[in-house]
Amino acid sequence: MTATPAELAALIPDGATLALAPDYSGCSLATIRELVRKGASGLRLVGLPQLGLQADLLIAAGCVAGVETAAISLGELGLAPAFDRAWRAGSVTVTESTCPAIHAGLTAAEKGVSHLPLAGVIGSDLVGLRPDWRLGPDPFTGEPGLLVPAIRPDFLLFHAAVADRSGNVWIGVRRELMLAAHAARRTLATVEEVVAHDLLADDLWAAGTIPALYVERVATAPAGAAPVGLRNRYGPDRAWLAAYAEAARDPASCKTFIDAWLRDG
Amino acid sequence: MAEPERLLVMIGVIARLLRGLRHVAVGASSPVPAAAALVARELGRGRPTVSILGSETSNPFTDGGRELFDCAAQGRLDAFFLSGAQIDATGAVNLLGLGEPGRMRRRFMGNFGAPYLASLVPNVILFRTDHGVRTLVEKVDFVTAPGVEGRWLVTDRAVFRRQAGRLRLVSWHAGEMAETVRAATGFAFETAHDAGETPGLEAAAAAQLRGPVGAVLREVYPAFAAQLT
Repeated sequence: MTATPAELAALIPDGATLALAPDYSGCSLATIRELVRKGASGLRLVGLPQLGLQADLLIAAGCVAGVETAAISLGELGLAPAFDRAWRAGSVTVTESTCPAIHAGLTAAEKGVSHLPLAGVIGSDLVGLRPDWRLGPDPFTGEPGLLVPAIRPDFLLFHAAVADRSGNVWIGVRRELMLAAHAARRTLATVEEVVAHDLLADDLWAAGTIPALYVERVATAPAGAAPVGLRNRYGPDRAWLAAYAEAARDPASCKTFIDAWLRDG
Repeated sequence: MAEPERLLVMIGVIARLLRGLRHVAVGASSPVPAAAALVARELGRGRPTVSILGSETSNPFTDGGRELFDCAAQGRLDAFFLSGAQIDATGAVNLLGLGEPGRMRRRFMGNFGAPYLASLVPNVILFRTDHGVRTLVEKVDFVTAPGVEGRWLVTDRAVFRRQAGRLRLVSWHAGEMAETVRAATGFAFETAHDAGETPGLEAAAAAQLRGPVGAVLREVYPAFAAQLT
Protein backbone atom coordinates (compact mmCIF):
# COMPACT_ATOMS: atom_id res chain seq x y z
CA MET A 1 0.00 0.00 0.00
CA THR A 2 1.44 3.33 -0.94
CA ALA A 3 0.70 6.56 0.85
CA THR A 4 -0.22 10.00 -0.47
CA PRO A 5 2.07 13.03 -0.43
CA ALA A 6 -0.18 14.55 2.24
CA GLU A 7 0.42 11.51 4.43
CA LEU A 8 4.17 11.89 3.99
CA ALA A 9 3.99 15.57 4.92
CA ALA A 10 1.99 14.68 8.02
CA LEU A 11 4.89 12.51 9.25
CA ILE A 12 7.30 15.47 9.29
CA PRO A 13 6.89 17.40 12.54
CA ASP A 14 7.55 21.11 12.93
CA GLY A 15 11.19 21.79 13.79
CA ALA A 16 12.53 18.69 12.02
CA THR A 17 15.78 18.72 10.06
CA LEU A 18 14.90 17.84 6.49
CA ALA A 19 17.44 16.93 3.81
CA LEU A 20 16.45 18.04 0.30
CA ALA A 21 18.06 17.40 -3.06
CA PRO A 22 19.06 20.14 -5.50
CA ASP A 23 16.84 20.73 -8.53
CA TYR A 24 18.83 18.35 -10.78
CA SER A 25 18.43 15.37 -8.45
CA GLY A 26 15.06 14.15 -7.10
CA CYS A 27 12.68 16.79 -5.72
CA SER A 28 9.33 15.82 -4.21
CA LEU A 29 7.50 19.05 -4.99
CA ALA A 30 4.27 17.11 -4.47
CA THR A 31 5.17 16.71 -0.78
CA ILE A 32 6.61 20.22 -0.47
CA ARG A 33 3.19 21.48 -1.55
CA GLU A 34 1.59 19.46 1.25
CA LEU A 35 4.09 20.79 3.80
CA VAL A 36 3.11 24.33 2.77
CA ARG A 37 -0.56 23.39 2.83
CA LYS A 38 -0.40 22.00 6.38
CA GLY A 39 1.46 25.11 7.60
CA ALA A 40 4.73 23.40 8.54
CA SER A 41 7.04 25.58 10.61
CA GLY A 42 10.52 25.70 12.10
CA LEU A 43 11.99 23.26 9.55
CA ARG A 44 15.78 23.11 9.31
CA LEU A 45 16.79 22.27 5.76
CA VAL A 46 19.99 20.47 4.75
CA GLY A 47 21.07 20.88 1.11
CA LEU A 48 22.37 17.78 -0.71
CA PRO A 49 24.67 19.68 -1.01
CA GLN A 50 22.81 22.74 -2.29
CA LEU A 51 19.20 23.91 -2.21
CA GLY A 52 16.89 25.12 -4.94
CA LEU A 53 13.23 25.68 -5.62
CA GLN A 54 11.93 23.37 -2.86
CA ALA A 55 13.73 25.41 -0.22
CA ASP A 56 12.66 28.74 -1.66
CA LEU A 57 8.99 27.70 -1.72
CA LEU A 58 9.15 26.47 1.89
CA ILE A 59 10.90 29.69 2.95
CA ALA A 60 8.38 31.83 1.05
CA ALA A 61 5.58 30.07 2.94
CA GLY A 62 7.24 30.65 6.32
CA CYS A 63 7.96 26.96 6.99
CA VAL A 64 11.73 27.29 7.57
CA ALA A 65 13.85 28.36 10.56
CA GLY A 66 17.29 27.57 9.15
CA VAL A 67 19.34 26.07 6.34
CA GLU A 68 22.69 24.30 6.17
CA THR A 69 23.90 24.34 2.61
CA ALA A 70 26.77 24.91 0.20
CA ALA A 71 24.57 27.25 -1.84
CA ILE A 72 20.96 28.18 -2.47
CA SER A 73 19.71 29.46 -5.82
CA LEU A 74 17.30 29.01 -8.69
CA GLY A 75 20.16 27.97 -10.97
CA GLU A 76 20.30 29.93 -14.21
CA LEU A 77 17.42 32.09 -12.94
CA GLY A 78 19.65 33.50 -10.22
CA LEU A 79 19.27 34.07 -6.49
CA ALA A 80 16.48 32.32 -4.59
CA PRO A 81 14.22 35.36 -4.01
CA ALA A 82 12.31 34.29 -0.90
CA PHE A 83 15.48 33.04 0.75
CA ASP A 84 17.23 36.32 -0.06
CA ARG A 85 14.42 38.28 1.56
CA ALA A 86 14.40 36.02 4.65
CA TRP A 87 18.18 36.24 4.95
CA ARG A 88 18.05 40.05 4.87
CA ALA A 89 15.29 40.05 7.49
CA GLY A 90 17.24 37.59 9.64
CA SER A 91 14.26 35.25 9.81
CA VAL A 92 16.20 32.24 8.47
CA THR A 93 19.56 31.25 9.95
CA VAL A 94 22.24 30.09 7.52
CA THR A 95 24.91 27.53 8.38
CA GLU A 96 27.36 28.12 5.55
CA SER A 97 29.03 25.03 4.15
CA THR A 98 30.72 23.66 1.06
CA CYS A 99 29.61 20.67 -1.02
CA PRO A 100 32.25 18.14 0.13
CA ALA A 101 31.78 19.07 3.82
CA ILE A 102 28.12 18.10 3.54
CA HIS A 103 28.98 14.88 1.71
CA ALA A 104 31.59 14.13 4.42
CA GLY A 105 29.15 14.90 7.24
CA LEU A 106 26.56 12.57 5.71
CA THR A 107 29.21 9.91 5.14
CA ALA A 108 30.20 10.12 8.82
CA ALA A 109 26.55 9.63 9.80
CA GLU A 110 26.30 6.74 7.32
CA LYS A 111 29.25 5.07 9.04
CA GLY A 112 27.99 5.80 12.52
CA VAL A 113 31.06 7.87 13.46
CA SER A 114 31.14 11.37 14.93
CA HIS A 115 33.19 13.07 12.21
CA LEU A 116 35.36 12.68 9.12
CA PRO A 117 38.54 14.42 8.01
CA LEU A 118 38.20 16.54 4.85
CA ALA A 119 40.88 17.56 2.35
CA GLY A 120 41.21 21.13 1.09
CA VAL A 121 39.15 24.01 2.53
CA ILE A 122 41.89 25.24 4.92
CA GLY A 123 42.77 28.74 3.69
CA SER A 124 39.13 29.65 3.05
CA ASP A 125 37.39 32.13 5.36
CA LEU A 126 34.59 29.55 5.51
CA VAL A 127 36.51 27.76 8.28
CA GLY A 128 36.08 30.85 10.47
CA LEU A 129 32.29 30.72 10.03
CA ARG A 130 32.12 27.15 11.39
CA PRO A 131 32.99 26.97 15.11
CA ASP A 132 31.73 23.36 15.06
CA TRP A 133 34.55 22.33 12.68
CA ARG A 134 37.89 21.27 14.18
CA LEU A 135 41.37 22.12 12.95
CA GLY A 136 44.39 20.09 13.96
CA PRO A 137 47.27 18.01 12.65
CA ASP A 138 46.45 14.75 10.88
CA PRO A 139 47.60 12.05 13.34
CA PHE A 140 49.10 9.96 10.52
CA THR A 141 50.86 12.57 8.39
CA GLY A 142 51.20 15.55 10.71
CA GLU A 143 49.79 17.77 7.95
CA PRO A 144 47.17 20.42 8.89
CA GLY A 145 43.78 18.77 8.96
CA LEU A 146 40.11 19.66 9.09
CA LEU A 147 37.46 17.55 10.82
CA VAL A 148 33.75 18.01 10.10
CA PRO A 149 31.00 16.59 12.32
CA ALA A 150 28.47 13.99 11.22
CA ILE A 151 25.24 15.31 9.68
CA ARG A 152 22.27 13.13 10.62
CA PRO A 153 19.04 14.67 9.27
CA ASP A 154 15.76 13.69 10.89
CA PHE A 155 14.29 13.15 7.42
CA LEU A 156 15.28 12.71 3.81
CA LEU A 157 12.50 13.59 1.39
CA PHE A 158 12.90 12.93 -2.34
CA HIS A 159 11.14 11.99 -5.55
CA ALA A 160 12.17 9.17 -7.89
CA ALA A 161 10.86 7.39 -10.96
CA VAL A 162 10.06 3.93 -9.64
CA ALA A 163 9.40 1.96 -6.46
CA ASP A 164 8.22 -1.60 -6.02
CA ARG A 165 5.49 -2.99 -3.79
CA SER A 166 8.01 -3.75 -1.03
CA GLY A 167 9.04 -0.10 -0.80
CA ASN A 168 12.41 -0.41 -2.56
CA VAL A 169 13.03 2.85 -4.46
CA TRP A 170 15.07 3.08 -7.66
CA ILE A 171 17.22 6.24 -7.91
CA GLY A 172 19.54 5.29 -10.78
CA VAL A 173 22.76 7.32 -10.65
CA ARG A 174 21.41 9.91 -8.17
CA ARG A 175 23.43 8.31 -5.42
CA GLU A 176 23.54 11.40 -3.20
CA LEU A 177 20.04 10.18 -2.35
CA MET A 178 21.46 6.78 -1.36
CA LEU A 179 24.04 8.47 0.87
CA ALA A 180 21.40 10.71 2.43
CA ALA A 181 19.05 7.77 2.98
CA HIS A 182 21.84 5.92 4.78
CA ALA A 183 22.54 9.01 6.91
CA ALA A 184 18.99 10.18 7.72
CA ARG A 185 16.94 8.78 10.59
CA ARG A 186 13.83 8.46 8.39
CA THR A 187 13.40 8.51 4.60
CA LEU A 188 10.22 9.43 2.74
CA ALA A 189 9.86 9.19 -1.02
CA THR A 190 7.35 9.92 -3.72
CA VAL A 191 7.57 8.09 -7.05
CA GLU A 192 6.07 8.32 -10.51
CA GLU A 193 4.89 4.72 -10.39
CA VAL A 194 4.95 1.53 -8.34
CA VAL A 195 5.94 -1.49 -10.41
CA ALA A 196 4.86 -5.08 -9.85
CA HIS A 197 8.33 -6.69 -10.08
CA ASP A 198 10.89 -6.87 -7.25
CA LEU A 199 13.57 -4.21 -7.88
CA LEU A 200 16.13 -6.19 -5.89
CA ALA A 201 15.67 -9.34 -7.99
CA ASP A 202 17.57 -7.94 -11.01
CA ASP A 203 21.05 -6.44 -10.57
CA LEU A 204 20.37 -3.87 -13.31
CA TRP A 205 17.73 -2.35 -11.05
CA ALA A 206 19.17 -3.32 -7.67
CA ALA A 207 22.44 -1.43 -8.21
CA GLY A 208 20.51 1.83 -8.33
CA THR A 209 17.94 1.03 -5.69
CA ILE A 210 17.59 2.23 -2.09
CA PRO A 211 16.44 -0.86 -0.19
CA ALA A 212 13.18 -0.62 1.74
CA LEU A 213 15.31 -1.17 4.86
CA TYR A 214 16.02 2.56 4.77
CA VAL A 215 12.68 3.81 3.46
CA GLU A 216 9.82 4.45 5.86
CA ARG A 217 7.01 5.38 3.44
CA VAL A 218 6.53 5.67 -0.30
CA ALA A 219 3.78 7.72 -1.93
CA THR A 220 2.70 7.66 -5.56
CA ALA A 221 2.82 11.11 -7.15
CA PRO A 222 2.79 11.24 -10.96
CA ALA A 223 4.71 14.33 -12.13
CA GLY A 224 5.66 14.74 -8.46
CA ALA A 225 8.91 16.55 -9.34
CA ALA A 226 7.19 19.16 -11.52
CA PRO A 227 8.05 21.94 -12.15
CA VAL A 228 11.79 21.19 -11.69
CA GLY A 229 11.61 17.92 -13.63
CA LEU A 230 12.90 14.38 -13.21
CA ARG A 231 15.93 12.89 -14.95
CA ASN A 232 15.05 10.79 -18.01
CA ARG A 233 11.31 11.37 -17.45
CA TYR A 234 10.33 15.00 -17.93
CA GLY A 235 12.19 18.28 -18.07
CA PRO A 236 11.75 21.47 -16.09
CA ASP A 237 8.77 23.73 -16.77
CA ARG A 238 10.90 26.72 -17.66
CA ALA A 239 7.99 29.12 -18.08
CA TRP A 240 6.68 28.28 -14.60
CA LEU A 241 10.14 28.66 -13.06
CA ALA A 242 10.72 32.02 -14.75
CA ALA A 243 7.30 33.22 -13.59
CA TYR A 244 8.09 32.15 -10.02
CA ALA A 245 11.53 33.82 -10.08
CA GLU A 246 9.84 37.06 -11.11
CA ALA A 247 6.81 36.86 -8.80
CA ALA A 248 8.79 35.81 -5.72
CA ARG A 249 10.81 39.03 -5.72
CA ASP A 250 7.85 40.82 -4.14
CA PRO A 251 6.18 39.41 -0.98
CA ALA A 252 2.61 40.11 -2.14
CA SER A 253 2.98 38.68 -5.65
CA CYS A 254 4.94 35.76 -4.17
CA LYS A 255 2.01 34.92 -1.92
CA THR A 256 -0.45 35.19 -4.82
CA PHE A 257 1.75 32.88 -6.89
CA ILE A 258 2.06 30.26 -4.14
CA ASP A 259 -1.68 30.39 -3.41
CA ALA A 260 -2.33 29.64 -7.08
CA TRP A 261 0.22 26.78 -6.95
CA LEU A 262 -1.60 25.29 -3.95
CA ARG A 263 -4.96 25.57 -5.73
CA ASP A 264 -3.65 23.88 -8.88
CA GLY A 265 -2.46 20.68 -7.25
CA MET B 1 26.48 39.34 -19.39
CA ALA B 2 28.87 40.42 -22.11
CA GLU B 3 28.20 40.71 -25.83
CA PRO B 4 28.19 37.36 -27.68
CA GLU B 5 31.43 38.22 -29.54
CA ARG B 6 33.27 38.67 -26.26
CA LEU B 7 31.86 35.43 -24.87
CA LEU B 8 33.16 33.62 -27.94
CA VAL B 9 36.64 35.03 -27.35
CA MET B 10 36.49 33.81 -23.73
CA ILE B 11 35.40 30.37 -24.88
CA GLY B 12 38.35 30.25 -27.29
CA VAL B 13 40.86 31.27 -24.59
CA ILE B 14 39.62 28.72 -22.07
CA ALA B 15 39.36 25.93 -24.65
CA ARG B 16 43.05 26.48 -25.54
CA LEU B 17 44.03 26.31 -21.85
CA LEU B 18 42.37 22.90 -21.58
CA ARG B 19 44.23 21.25 -24.46
CA GLY B 20 45.91 17.99 -23.53
CA LEU B 21 44.23 17.59 -20.15
CA ARG B 22 42.57 14.30 -19.18
CA HIS B 23 39.59 15.32 -17.06
CA VAL B 24 37.85 18.67 -16.78
CA ALA B 25 34.81 19.36 -14.62
CA VAL B 26 32.37 22.26 -14.85
CA GLY B 27 30.36 23.35 -11.82
CA ALA B 28 27.18 25.31 -11.30
CA SER B 29 26.45 28.60 -13.07
CA SER B 30 29.40 28.21 -15.46
CA PRO B 31 28.10 28.45 -19.03
CA VAL B 32 31.26 29.90 -20.64
CA PRO B 33 33.52 27.20 -19.14
CA ALA B 34 30.99 24.53 -20.10
CA ALA B 35 31.09 25.71 -23.71
CA ALA B 36 34.90 25.89 -23.67
CA ALA B 37 35.34 22.45 -22.13
CA LEU B 38 32.97 20.89 -24.68
CA VAL B 39 34.78 22.63 -27.54
CA ALA B 40 38.11 21.33 -26.18
CA ARG B 41 36.65 17.83 -25.97
CA GLU B 42 35.31 17.89 -29.53
CA LEU B 43 38.54 19.32 -30.98
CA GLY B 44 40.56 16.84 -28.88
CA ARG B 45 38.51 13.91 -30.21
CA GLY B 46 37.03 13.02 -26.86
CA ARG B 47 39.87 14.22 -24.65
CA PRO B 48 39.58 15.73 -22.06
CA THR B 49 36.69 13.90 -20.48
CA VAL B 50 34.21 16.62 -19.53
CA SER B 51 31.90 16.41 -16.52
CA ILE B 52 29.18 19.04 -16.43
CA LEU B 53 27.20 19.36 -13.23
CA GLY B 54 23.48 19.23 -13.99
CA SER B 55 23.87 17.63 -17.42
CA GLU B 56 22.33 14.27 -18.24
CA THR B 57 24.35 13.82 -21.42
CA SER B 58 27.82 15.10 -20.40
CA ASN B 59 28.36 13.66 -16.96
CA PRO B 60 30.25 10.40 -16.52
CA PHE B 61 29.77 10.15 -12.74
CA THR B 62 27.78 7.27 -11.26
CA ASP B 63 28.39 7.73 -7.52
CA GLY B 64 26.37 10.85 -6.79
CA GLY B 65 27.37 14.37 -5.87
CA ARG B 66 30.41 13.34 -3.83
CA GLU B 67 32.24 11.66 -6.72
CA LEU B 68 33.51 14.91 -8.26
CA PHE B 69 35.00 15.92 -4.93
CA ASP B 70 36.53 12.52 -4.27
CA CYS B 71 38.07 12.68 -7.76
CA ALA B 72 39.60 16.06 -6.95
CA ALA B 73 41.16 14.94 -3.67
CA GLN B 74 42.76 11.97 -5.39
CA GLY B 75 44.26 14.02 -8.22
CA ARG B 76 41.90 12.61 -10.85
CA LEU B 77 40.60 16.03 -11.88
CA ASP B 78 42.88 18.31 -13.92
CA ALA B 79 40.85 21.49 -14.26
CA PHE B 80 37.91 23.31 -12.76
CA PHE B 81 36.42 26.81 -13.09
CA LEU B 82 35.51 29.44 -10.55
CA SER B 83 33.87 32.80 -10.85
CA GLY B 84 33.05 35.07 -7.97
CA ALA B 85 31.12 38.12 -6.94
CA GLN B 86 34.59 39.51 -6.32
CA ILE B 87 37.97 38.42 -7.66
CA ASP B 88 41.00 40.22 -6.27
CA ALA B 89 44.55 41.15 -7.25
CA THR B 90 45.93 37.92 -5.73
CA GLY B 91 43.44 35.73 -7.58
CA ALA B 92 41.35 35.07 -4.48
CA VAL B 93 37.62 34.66 -5.11
CA ASN B 94 34.55 35.56 -3.08
CA LEU B 95 31.37 33.66 -3.89
CA LEU B 96 29.56 34.33 -0.63
CA GLY B 97 28.69 37.98 -0.25
CA LEU B 98 29.64 41.60 0.33
CA GLY B 99 30.52 43.19 3.64
CA GLU B 100 32.18 41.91 6.77
CA PRO B 101 32.09 38.09 7.20
CA GLY B 102 29.32 37.18 9.64
CA ARG B 103 27.56 40.52 9.08
CA MET B 104 27.27 40.71 5.31
CA ARG B 105 25.04 43.29 3.65
CA ARG B 106 24.47 41.21 0.54
CA ARG B 107 24.62 37.47 0.01
CA PHE B 108 25.06 35.61 -3.26
CA MET B 109 24.34 31.92 -3.92
CA GLY B 110 26.98 30.45 -1.64
CA ASN B 111 30.44 28.93 -1.67
CA PHE B 112 29.50 25.72 -3.52
CA GLY B 113 32.57 23.44 -3.70
CA ALA B 114 35.04 26.25 -4.27
CA PRO B 115 36.79 26.29 -0.85
CA TYR B 116 37.76 22.67 -1.45
CA LEU B 117 38.34 22.41 -5.19
CA ALA B 118 40.48 25.55 -5.35
CA SER B 119 43.20 23.95 -3.24
CA LEU B 120 43.02 20.43 -4.72
CA VAL B 121 42.65 20.90 -8.50
CA PRO B 122 45.91 21.81 -10.28
CA ASN B 123 44.35 24.05 -12.97
CA VAL B 124 41.66 26.32 -11.59
CA ILE B 125 40.63 28.88 -14.20
CA LEU B 126 38.88 32.02 -12.94
CA PHE B 127 36.28 33.66 -15.17
CA ARG B 128 34.05 36.68 -15.08
CA THR B 129 31.74 37.80 -17.89
CA ASP B 130 31.30 41.35 -16.58
CA HIS B 131 34.78 42.74 -16.03
CA GLY B 132 34.43 45.90 -13.91
CA VAL B 133 35.77 47.80 -10.91
CA ARG B 134 33.17 46.33 -8.56
CA THR B 135 33.92 42.71 -9.46
CA LEU B 136 37.71 42.92 -9.88
CA VAL B 137 38.87 44.42 -6.59
CA GLU B 138 42.11 44.91 -4.68
CA LYS B 139 40.97 42.66 -1.85
CA VAL B 140 37.90 40.40 -1.57
CA ASP B 141 35.52 40.92 1.38
CA PHE B 142 35.42 37.16 2.00
CA VAL B 143 37.98 34.58 0.88
CA THR B 144 35.95 31.69 -0.47
CA ALA B 145 39.21 30.42 -1.95
CA PRO B 146 42.67 32.01 -1.86
CA GLY B 147 44.67 32.65 -5.03
CA VAL B 148 47.65 30.58 -6.08
CA GLU B 149 50.62 31.22 -8.34
CA GLY B 150 50.10 30.62 -12.06
CA ARG B 151 46.31 30.91 -11.88
CA TRP B 152 44.51 32.30 -14.96
CA LEU B 153 41.68 34.83 -14.99
CA VAL B 154 39.65 35.15 -18.19
CA THR B 155 37.13 38.01 -18.46
CA ASP B 156 35.10 39.56 -21.25
CA ARG B 157 37.82 42.22 -21.66
CA ALA B 158 41.14 40.50 -21.02
CA VAL B 159 43.25 37.58 -19.80
CA PHE B 160 45.38 37.73 -16.64
CA ARG B 161 47.74 35.27 -14.96
CA ARG B 162 49.12 35.41 -11.44
CA GLN B 163 52.88 35.86 -11.18
CA ALA B 164 54.89 37.04 -8.15
CA GLY B 165 51.77 37.18 -6.00
CA ARG B 166 49.52 39.30 -8.23
CA LEU B 167 47.49 38.99 -11.40
CA ARG B 168 49.31 40.33 -14.46
CA LEU B 169 47.73 41.35 -17.79
CA VAL B 170 48.53 38.77 -20.47
CA SER B 171 46.25 39.89 -23.30
CA TRP B 172 43.29 42.12 -24.10
CA HIS B 173 40.40 41.25 -26.39
CA ALA B 174 39.67 43.00 -29.72
CA GLY B 175 38.30 46.47 -29.00
CA GLU B 176 40.31 46.88 -25.77
CA MET B 177 43.79 48.18 -24.93
CA ALA B 178 45.88 47.90 -21.77
CA GLU B 179 44.57 51.35 -20.79
CA THR B 180 40.88 50.49 -21.21
CA VAL B 181 41.38 47.29 -19.25
CA ARG B 182 43.14 49.27 -16.50
CA ALA B 183 40.27 51.78 -16.31
CA ALA B 184 37.77 48.94 -15.89
CA THR B 185 39.77 47.07 -13.22
CA GLY B 186 39.60 47.72 -9.47
CA PHE B 187 43.17 46.59 -8.76
CA ALA B 188 46.53 47.81 -10.03
CA PHE B 189 48.39 45.39 -12.27
CA GLU B 190 51.52 45.02 -14.35
CA THR B 191 51.42 44.11 -18.02
CA ALA B 192 53.38 41.09 -19.23
CA HIS B 193 56.26 42.12 -21.52
CA ASP B 194 54.86 40.04 -24.38
CA ALA B 195 51.21 41.06 -23.86
CA GLY B 196 49.04 41.65 -26.95
CA GLU B 197 45.61 41.15 -28.37
CA THR B 198 43.81 37.92 -27.45
CA PRO B 199 43.47 35.56 -30.43
CA GLY B 200 39.87 35.11 -31.53
CA LEU B 201 37.84 31.91 -31.53
CA GLU B 202 39.15 29.50 -34.17
CA ALA B 203 36.79 28.59 -37.03
CA ALA B 204 36.90 24.91 -36.02
CA ALA B 205 35.83 25.82 -32.49
CA ALA B 206 33.03 28.06 -33.77
CA ALA B 207 31.75 25.18 -35.89
CA GLN B 208 31.62 22.95 -32.81
CA LEU B 209 29.58 25.59 -30.97
CA ARG B 210 27.04 25.64 -33.81
CA GLY B 211 26.95 21.83 -33.82
CA PRO B 212 27.28 19.22 -31.07
CA VAL B 213 28.43 21.62 -28.33
CA GLY B 214 25.39 23.81 -28.87
CA ALA B 215 23.10 20.84 -28.35
CA VAL B 216 24.57 20.10 -24.91
CA LEU B 217 24.51 23.77 -23.95
CA ARG B 218 20.81 23.99 -24.82
CA GLU B 219 20.18 21.21 -22.32
CA VAL B 220 22.01 22.77 -19.35
CA TYR B 221 22.15 26.51 -20.14
CA PRO B 222 19.28 27.27 -22.53
CA ALA B 223 19.33 31.06 -22.03
CA PHE B 224 23.08 31.21 -22.60
CA ALA B 225 22.88 28.94 -25.64
CA ALA B 226 20.22 31.18 -27.17
CA GLN B 227 22.42 34.23 -26.60
CA LEU B 228 25.40 32.66 -28.43
CA THR B 229 23.53 31.82 -31.61
